[in-house]
Parts: sequence; structure tokens; C-alpha cells
Amino acid sequence: MPSTSMPPAEPLLPGWYTLGDQPQLIGSRCAGCGSHYFPRLAAGCRNPDCTDSRLEDVPLSRSGQLWSFTTASYQPPAPYLAAEPFVPFALAAVELEQERMIVLGQVAAGMSVEQLRIGMAMELVLEPVPAENEPAGRLLWKWRPAGAAP
Amino acid sequence: MSREVVILGAGMHPWGKWGRNFVEYGVAAARAALADAGVAWRDIRFVSGGATMRCGYPGYVAGATFAQALGWQGAEVNSSYAACATGSQALAAARAKILGGEVELALVVGADTTPKGFLAPARGERPDDPDWVRFRIGVTNPTYFGLYAQRRMHLYGDTVEDFALVKVKNSEHGAHNELARYRKRFTPEEVAASAIVAAPLRLMDICATSDGGAALVLASRDYARRLGRGDAPRLAAISVVTPTFPSALLEMPDLATDGAVTAAPASFRAALPRKAYEEAGLGPEDIDLAEVYDLSTALELDWIEDLQLCPRGEAAALLRSGATRLGGRIPVNPSGGLACFGEAVPAQALAQVCELVWQLRGQAGARQVEGARAGITCNQGLFGHGSAVIVTR
Repeated sequence: MPSTSMPPAEPLLPGWYTLGDQPQLIGSRCAGCGSHYFPRLAAGCRNPDCTDSRLEDVPLSRSGQLWSFTTASYQPPAPYLAAEPFVPFALAAVELEQERMIVLGQVAAGMSVEQLRIGMAMELVLEPVPAENEPAGRLLWKWRPAGAAP
Repeated sequence: MSREVVILGAGMHPWGKWGRNFVEYGVAAARAALADAGVAWRDIRFVSGGATMRCGYPGYVAGATFAQALGWQGAEVNSSYAACATGSQALAAARAKILGGEVELALVVGADTTPKGFLAPARGERPDDPDWVRFRIGVTNPTYFGLYAQRRMHLYGDTVEDFALVKVKNSEHGAHNELARYRKRFTPEEVAASAIVAAPLRLMDICATSDGGAALVLASRDYARRLGRGDAPRLAAISVVTPTFPSALLEMPDLATDGAVTAAPASFRAALPRKAYEEAGLGPEDIDLAEVYDLSTALELDWIEDLQLCPRGEAAALLRSGATRLGGRIPVNPSGGLACFGEAVPAQALAQVCELVWQLRGQAGARQVEGARAGITCNQGLFGHGSAVIVTR
């Protein structure tokens, strides 16, 4: 489902990503050493040589290179909420060049691992996932091959 | 270190899936280790328990739980939790007591009762807990194993047939181990016919979760000599170092690595044995056997390289050459490994050391590594925990 067609309003994890057509994960950036983190940190920079306590919320790059991928062929245990019946999905770890970090996420619905190659360009999208007592579901970030038809 | 710590006794409860209380397994393992050591329970002055998070309060205070079950006799207790390295951290606590001269004799015990299927986080709505969040979005432990395996295929040209061969090899070893849960010999075809769990890994590539218990009796070398056991295997090194910043790999339960703009990322797994080698004054060329944490078949290949038993990227070739089989140059997982045991978290690192003890004493029967003089273990779990232990004779 494309995120442009009447998306459910609520994110699954409020404050973890921006909404809209060009979604971005929200991370922390240390004002002292420039290290990025996802999810956001509360307790200060984790660089052992950095004593700066000023962390800024920053949107992370919404595209990167596929570092590796796998599948969830069996239904994960709670607190994962599955559709009935469970539909297996793929997962991707994507390397963000500017932040020099690798970020994990589900792969967009309908994409199989046969369509994935390490090193290919990926982009961030939002898709609804099942939520308790909410037929429209809630929005979660996912990775999709860049330019792939939604 | 001026004082030396030796392992006087090793004992295990067989691994399986019985659903009984974990204390039963721990007590059985402890009694076996005490009998093996030839020492009386009353002479133990320190009890170090590996804690379990799945068995309620008695699991959190496992040291006291086991001490009470064996009969309170006034010993001091400790309980350690360090995910998959729990047993090693409990071992390190006992070793420190002996090295510090506070006690001569200590008992280390770990045991667990596990649920069926995936290991899962504690219940509740806890978005601040990374271990809860990752399950909420469908990231299980096998997710990470699958990512690492796919990465090996890309970087080194490993194949799913190589991964299956790890299972075949470990099942040949475990067939000789009466303590193992799975003693069936698997063929490559049987591994290939099992269902995909986390591509490219199949059900037979991924270890199960098991019930089990393991225990060790530690003593100072002087105490062992007084018992006429001065030749007992030496606990030569315990490494429980943390990772260093920034992380190189997506590690359980993280959703992202640290941004690496300030320094090059460093491998955590490779750091664990490095410290153990330094402490023991040994190198990988001195090692006769290794018990490695094969949560997945592909991960066994990663560990072989992290232990520097072969250059990076060449573990599959080493496997294919037969070097890691019993009778080969450097047998890996002669016990059968997690492939044959399944994982009983707080007992597993101790079970690895039990195997080293029996191997170094020449008591491993059909799985004996001939002339073994030095063995190493390694494992890694959640939240920056891991360990490597070296035992020598």
C-alpha cells in the first residue's frame, strides 16, 4: 500500500520517524563529536572519548546501500502483531553513507529476497502494520529498493 | 597471576525439553561436579550461580537458589547474569574469590528451563527497551543470524551447502555425546529439506532452545595438590570484555549500529578471544580444540575466523578440508555444539568448559581429541555480553 493513499495517521512508534511522502528516521547527533545514533538517545553520547552532553534530534538519510537481508518466514513472537494469516516478510539492513551506520527494518510488503542484492540502493518508506483494535493499522518504517514501484 | 585456579570437577544434566523446574537440572549438575571433584558440598565456601530470566525470582538469585537446594551450609553466594556469557561471568566471580585468597574451593552452577520456539522478551508495553521494540517490529534472534550468513555469502562466497556441512559435522560429533539433546546424524539433504526460517538459513541451521544444567568445581592449585589432584586442568583465561565503540555489526538487540564518523568500527566477536589469548600467554596455534557458539551454522564459521584458527574468509574452506572434524587438525565443537544441545542460556558457557575439561583429561570417549592440551570456548549474547575461556593442562 502506498503511503500517499489515506495513510493511517498514527505511527507505531511515535517520535521515531517523520510522516508524509518523504519519511525519515529521527536519530540523535552528538553536537561534540558528530556521532549519529538510532533510535534517539537520552543519556548522552556513547563515544568513550566524548564528554559532550548536547544531543540534537536529526532526521537520518532516507536512502542507503543494502548491507544484508533475510526473511521472517515464521511468525515472530509477541509483542509482534501479525495479520491473520501471517504473511512472511523480508528484512533489510541498510548502510547510510553520511551517518556511517547500518539501520535494520522490514522490507516493503510484496518484495521478496529474490529481488534484493547486497549493495543495491534502498529508500525508506512508511507502511501500515497490524495494531490492536485499529483496523487501519499503524505506520512503520520499511526499506524498499530505490525506485521500485510501490 | 601468582595463584593458579584449576577445575577439579565438571558435571552436567543432559540437555532436553522436559519443562521441569530449572533447580532440578542445576542440582543434578552440581552433584555430578562435586562427585567428579571428589569434594564434599560442605567444603564449598563460595557458590556462583548463573541466573536465568525465565524462571521467576529463584532464577534471578540462582546462586542462593542452588545453595538452598543443596542445603544451606553458610557458604557465600553470587548470582551473575550476562546473557549468553552468564556462565563465564559466574565462573569469573568464583575465580576472583580464589585468586584473591578468600576461598580455596568454589562451585559454579547454571541451569535453565526454556519455552518452546523463539526466545521472546518480557511482557508489557516497553518502547524504551530495545529488546522489546525489535520484537514489536518483527526482528527475532534468527534475523541477525540470517543477516550475518547472507553477508558471508556475499563477502567470501560461502554457500548454503557449506552451512549445511557445519550441521552434518556437528551432528556426527554429538552422536557420541550422551548429554546431547539431539543425537541423530544429519545428511546435507536433510538440512536442505528443512524449512527456511531466516533466509538463507533453514530450521536445521539454527539452534533450538533447551533445558539443561552444567556445573564446575574450582580450586586453588595448592588445594588441588593437597587432594593429590595437582594435575587438574588449569583455568588459564576468562575474557568477558565489552565491545568497543563504534560497533561494526548490527548486534542483538540493536536496530542500528553506532554512527562511525569518529573511528573505524571494531569487531566485538574478534575481541573476545584476543583478550583470552593474551591472558593465557597462548596463541591460536597452541589450541587443540574449540567449543564455539553455533547459534547458527554460519556463525560457527564466523567464530572460527574470530578465534584466528584460519584467516578471515577461509573458514568454509577449512570446514570442507575436514580440519574442524574429530580427527582433523583443529576439531571445532567436538561436543556436538549448540546444533546438538540447543541453547540453555545460563548453562551453555559452563557446558562448553565441561567439554574442555573432559577432553583435556582424555575422558571424552569416542569424541576424544587425541593429545589435547589446550582448548578455547567462545560465545556472544545480547547487550554487549560475550566470553572466551581457555583451559590447559
